[in-house]
Amino acid sequence: MGNDFGILSFGAYLPRRRLQRKAIAAANAWFAPGLRGLAKGERAMAGWDEDAITMALEAARDCLAGRERSAVAQLMLASTTHPYDDRQNAGIVANALNLGSALAVLDVTGSQRAGTSALATALASGSGKEILVAAGEHRRAKAASAQEMHYGDGAAAILVGNGKPVARLLGAHSETVDFVDHFRGGDAEHDYSWEERWIRDEGYMKIVPRALEAVLKAAAVKPESITHFCMPCTLARVGPAVAERGGIAEGAVRDTLAAVAGDTGAAHPLVLLVHALQEAKAGDRILVAAFGQGCDAMLFEVTEAISQLASRRGVKGSLARRKEESNYAKFLAFNDHIALERGMRAETDKSTPLTTLYRNRDMVTGLVGGRCRACGTPQFPSGRYCVNPQCNALDSQEPRPFADVPASVMSYTADSLTYSPDPPHYYGMVQFEGGGRMMADFTDIDDGKVEVGMPMRMMFRIKETDPARGFVRYFWKAAPA
Amino acid sequence: MATGIRDKVVILGMGCSKFGERWDKNAEDLMVEAFEECLKDATIERNQIEAAWFGTAIEEQHVGKSGVPLAMTLRLPYIPVTRVENYCATGTEAFRGAVYAVASGAVDIALALGVEKLKDTGYGGLPQRGRGGLNNFYWANISAPGSFAQLAAAYRAKHRVDPKDLKRAMAHISVKSHDNGAKNPKAHLRNRITEEDVLNAPMIAEPLGLYDCCGVSDGSACAIVTTPDIARGLGKKDRVAVKAVQLAVSNGQEAQFDGWDGSYFATTRVAAKRAYQEADIADPRKRVSMFDVHDCFSITELVTMEDLGISAEGKAIGDVLDGFYDASGKIPCQIDGGLKCFGHPIGASGLRMIYEMYLQLGGRAGERQRADPVLGMTHNLGGFPAQNVSSITIVGRYGA
Repeated sequence: MGNDFGILSFGAYLPRRRLQRKAIAAANAWFAPGLRGLAKGERAMAGWDEDAITMALEAARDCLAGRERSAVAQLMLASTTHPYDDRQNAGIVANALNLGSALAVLDVTGSQRAGTSALATALASGSGKEILVAAGEHRRAKAASAQEMHYGDGAAAILVGNGKPVARLLGAHSETVDFVDHFRGGDAEHDYSWEERWIRDEGYMKIVPRALEAVLKAAAVKPESITHFCMPCTLARVGPAVAERGGIAEGAVRDTLAAVAGDTGAAHPLVLLVHALQEAKAGDRILVAAFGQGCDAMLFEVTEAISQLASRRGVKGSLARRKEESNYAKFLAFNDHIALERGMRAETDKSTPLTTLYRNRDMVTGLVGGRCRACGTPQFPSGRYCVNPQCNALDSQEPRPFADVPASVMSYTADSLTYSPDPPHYYGMVQFEGGGRMMADFTDIDDGKVEVGMPMRMMFRIKETDPARGFVRYFWKAAPA
Repeated sequence: MATGIRDKVVILGMGCSKFGERWDKNAEDLMVEAFEECLKDATIERNQIEAAWFGTAIEEQHVGKSGVPLAMTLRLPYIPVTRVENYCATGTEAFRGAVYAVASGAVDIALALGVEKLKDTGYGGLPQRGRGGLNNFYWANISAPGSFAQLAAAYRAKHRVDPKDLKRAMAHISVKSHDNGAKNPKAHLRNRITEEDVLNAPMIAEPLGLYDCCGVSDGSACAIVTTPDIARGLGKKDRVAVKAVQLAVSNGQEAQFDGWDGSYFATTRVAAKRAYQEADIADPRKRVSMFDVHDCFSITELVTMEDLGISAEGKAIGDVLDGFYDASGKIPCQIDGGLKCFGHPIGASGLRMIYEMYLQLGGRAGERQRADPVLGMTHNLGGFPAQNVSSITIVGRYGA
């Protein structure tokens, strides 16, 4: 692998809501008073319309901003909470990114290492073609569990390939050990965990150091030269202890974001890597370790190109795009943990005609409309005849993706009648810069804070779920820019 | 060169059921209620009806599809029955079909009947229903009040109106319609309300509160139409003639092109212009005696009065607050209570509006009677501000 191979770009996404852990603890204190000890900080909380796919897609958009998407030859999507067991989840993300059909995709799952294992595979590919690794996670946890406190929802994306890498791989090593610290059975909704002290002593403290030693040795890098050590772990003080055992400076141990985001599962090692890359300077060495029935370890060296990389949202921007949420009941409802009286309006059949979806997949999944070659009018959706009354040309339109076109509010309402899992439901007409408009659902709205002219950005979200058949339908919504 | 519909067809008879929550009645009962009144008024036999148009919008809630339910219910003698649906313009669409049939000379006497039985859903508001195939994938999760509420946001932004001023004018519209409905024995809502009631009502879709929204009702209305000569032959004096029936349907310009700003109905402006031309009305503010417009929501009525060219653009608030459209005002609007209080059984509404104009022109509107009306105008708006069907009907004294 030459000097021009490595991490070309990166991105991240955390949902805007941050559930206050003290709200979780307060609601459950009658039953699990011990949770008070964990009642610090906040965790990222997915909206009702977000899942591993939508979050990973947002991270991928962040990663690919300003880049030629046609260069992406492969997309790997890592998660232990893929919405579909059998429908290529990565294929949905690929369609939403309009990556085209000449693309290899892979869903990676089954462990908290899914994100790093995908990245390691991409880095080992040797083809030099661009591979996008995206990871998203939206885990459900039982009410009053420690997991409910620790977990957060989020996503990250890393682009690997030939070009001007911002970081090069110095070495990678994986250990695989069937150490079952926790598991989630095929039909189970939630994780089942063993004792934390055992996980710490026999798991982290024995397995991770082996992996670190191996990767440092292979790369001939001294541990004290590591400037960023990224290792997700929800157990207290394990990160510094592992670092100490491996000879890594204490100051290099990076914040796990436990206080501000929570642990985003299979995405979290990549979330921490992106966070490190956002703060790194040329020459920095980043060591990433991911624990989960073994350990993936990857060592990177940051290049001069990091200073020329366009600014992005990443983890820092995601952390700043924050809205405090203290409503634990809402969290339970969004995660389908309580049987809300949703009313008769919620009872309509949500069956999705797959033939219709397939014919219109670029429009629905990719938000692709048309632009008239005859008169230049952008329009959504694309019709057989141009919508411009002065034109009305037949079959004159070329595909025009609208997802990344800035928009603004033309009219809006806050609707308390229509069924919404998060009422009142905001929606309205949005006008795209340069032409085209659509009546769109809004999302991530602060109640009472919408006005005509407000800048908006389109985001890929769950439109409806069909619980009778287990189908999730996605579409684009407008969110405050 | 087409000459339009003016004075080619007259109304021979009309009927209208009581509107409301008719828990003890089927749609078929409501149809018979309207038809019996209509047939007696027309002074003809059922077997003289040669063709019928049947309007119903949400048929899956009650009678089902096709023209069969009308023929079966009224025992019509194997005549052509056409079932029509065109959103909230459905009733007017049925009327248009019957009027055109007579005007064409194909038949002498035609029936138009509209019905809707909406109160079998188990919840308030319009029945929840699919939008059709691909629409379900990309249409926003809209409700009727939510789509019309956006008129207010766009209107405020365009005309730089203080939200409180607009809301107050909207409140006046509803108070006025309740006053009118109170005088109408067939109206669904007959209670009087105050401006405070409107302003303090629960929010439905910002800025529309409960009292900014019309009633969801069961009901039926119908008309029998014929030629002026046949009506005269049947001894009809003070014949009420059709002066104009116009329809304008969105083609995507509002929803997908860039000209429309969301604050008005592009279709209504087009339909109104064509209707005034067809009826030979140069200055509607001077000539139209009364209106029944599609006040599904208070804001709809407000902007519609501008789209019809009665209030100047951006000036409807002033006219409304001045009482211009009150029952005692210069040109009363919703003198029967409107959709707001007479109620809105979708397929019946267009015909219900014409029914009031017909009563007024015949001097039979009881407590609500206006002095010496000459022309009455009705309007329906079906769908959503961004894509809709707008219909306008003008009726008046034959020859006037």
